Amino acid sequence: MSPTDRAARGLPRFLMARVLQDLLVVVGVTTIVFIVTRLVGDPVQAMLPVDASAQDRAVLAQALGMDGPIWLQYLHYLRDIALFDFGNSIWQARPAMDIVLERLPGTLTLCAGALGLAVLVGVPLGIVAALRPGQWADRISVVLSLSGLSLPQFWLGLLLILLFAVTLNWLPSSGADAPGSAVLPILTLALPALGRIAMMLRSALIDELNSLYVRTARAKGLRSSRIVLVHALRNAAVPTVALLGWEFAAMLAGHTVVVETVFAWPGLGQTAVQAIERQDLVLLQAVVFFIAFLIVILNFCLDIVYRLLDRRIAV
Amino acid sequence: MSAPAWETPLPAVPRARGWRALSDRQRGWALAAILLLALAAVALLLPWLAPYDPAAIKLSARLRPPAWEERGTLANLLGTDNLGRDVLSRVLHGARLSILIGAAVVAISASFGVLVGLVSGFAGGRVDTVLMRWVDIHVAFPGLLLSLVILVILGPGPGTVVLALALNGWMVYARQMRSVVLSVRQLPYIESAEMAGARPARILLRHVLPNLAAPLITLMVLEFARVVLAEAALSFLGVGVQPPGVSWGLDVANGRNYLTSAWWLATFPGLSIALTVLGVNLAASRLRLALDPREREKDFARRLLARGRR
Repeated sequence: MSPTDRAARGLPRFLMARVLQDLLVVVGVTTIVFIVTRLVGDPVQAMLPVDASAQDRAVLAQALGMDGPIWLQYLHYLRDIALFDFGNSIWQARPAMDIVLERLPGTLTLCAGALGLAVLVGVPLGIVAALRPGQWADRISVVLSLSGLSLPQFWLGLLLILLFAVTLNWLPSSGADAPGSAVLPILTLALPALGRIAMMLRSALIDELNSLYVRTARAKGLRSSRIVLVHALRNAAVPTVALLGWEFAAMLAGHTVVVETVFAWPGLGQTAVQAIERQDLVLLQAVVFFIAFLIVILNFCLDIVYRLLDRRIAV
Repeated sequence: MSAPAWETPLPAVPRARGWRALSDRQRGWALAAILLLALAAVALLLPWLAPYDPAAIKLSARLRPPAWEERGTLANLLGTDNLGRDVLSRVLHGARLSILIGAAVVAISASFGVLVGLVSGFAGGRVDTVLMRWVDIHVAFPGLLLSLVILVILGPGPGTVVLALALNGWMVYARQMRSVVLSVRQLPYIESAEMAGARPARILLRHVLPNLAAPLITLMVLEFARVVLAEAALSFLGVGVQPPGVSWGLDVANGRNYLTSAWWLATFPGLSIALTVLGVNLAASRLRLALDPREREKDFARRLLARGRR
């Protein structure tokens, strides 16, 4: 029985455990948010102007389901989340979930473009850097990953606007209507990820190239390109795939918020910031929950892929 | 007859002095101390060096470019903003809040995370399972978004920013400290101490805790860099430090409105963030090389490899 078969056979039990754990995560997260928003702070007060009357407060509290005993509020809250019903956005006076679904494609476009770019450039860079440590590709990937770690993304975006939109006038600076307007936000999102992917692949590949099976392959007289691209790369790819998933989650969880704000790109992140500006907590919560939900699903899928890829993890 | 070999004096070995006399480990600690002092000095001294009050509005001197530009004056080296405030003074003052917030967040989240990690690793069993599951749940949540929600509800400001960031930052300490505790627990000298009848608290504080220092300090430095970036992002989005306060992220957000006419407004505060974080990150990687023997070996092998290939 091949290791892959064994991994596939153990999968159902593993899946069950994971689904249970993820449910726990969702309930845990919603509870944390409930505690922070309802018990520590006062959402009604946060949404109304300072001079609002007591009657205004009561009306809004009732509209939001924030009157009555706290345990009942909690149960209603859990029920609404289970049904993906977050209520009406105060700003746009229509279901918050509709707005979220409308804006979702914008965010996914950016993420997909940025991940694609990061893989297309980062993977070759990482391979060359591993084969020739200390040479130009290595230096470039080190510089890229360090700058990705150190440059604030909002500032990087502004610099790119300054260069490509203001000075050179090649690309639009903001919005999503003009052709090519996705280029700069995608570039801003991709640059830090690109450096990290190159560095991760580089170090994983160096470890693999120093291993015994590579030495055996060399002794057998296999061509160097085949050793690197087929044997070593396959094993080195496992942590890199994990990193890719992590990058995707990081983009959803925060990077797109900043980048979409800088480039006025119509996506979920921009929606979150707009909701804050308009004190629309209903919409903000809908966005946050939806993204948290996406990330839980993403992690779930990644775990499966990871298990199928890495035969060393016994299920 | 000549004197027997053991009586001839040994050739004088030149004693290493200063930096060279230190072991790698001692150098690491020295480096950490220097970094800490440098950051404290920056937070204390830079605002004091500022030529003007960072909040002093002077509408007659609006949007002056930096000194080397055509209309620039030496009075405002890095120019002035849309209200005539001196950009250099604002950049120098911004350092204090960034560093203070970073230090506060790291201190709070590290203390809590280390506590959770120690208890989890040392107690094991059901306690460990529950604590680590809690960490898993917390890690799965989108950090920046949770911070946004917290800041909107509790109201923006330096204090709430620290709270929001610390709430999202402690898990990484808990995980790492737990793994260190688990590996240290296996060592013979801990067993001997247990055998000798030492109480758990004594073992934990006397024998386990010192082992955590090296990985902890490296992690704290790395986290500091991350927190400075996160604070800047929150302030940029308008939910962090609020206008009378001076923050680099806030100034970049302000400069964004004048990107086409006054590039210096967004450029210099952003550059300060980037350089601060870069410096701290570089220090962190040096620190790891100095304090972690495995990293040192890897580095050595890497250099050998690079030399061999060339």
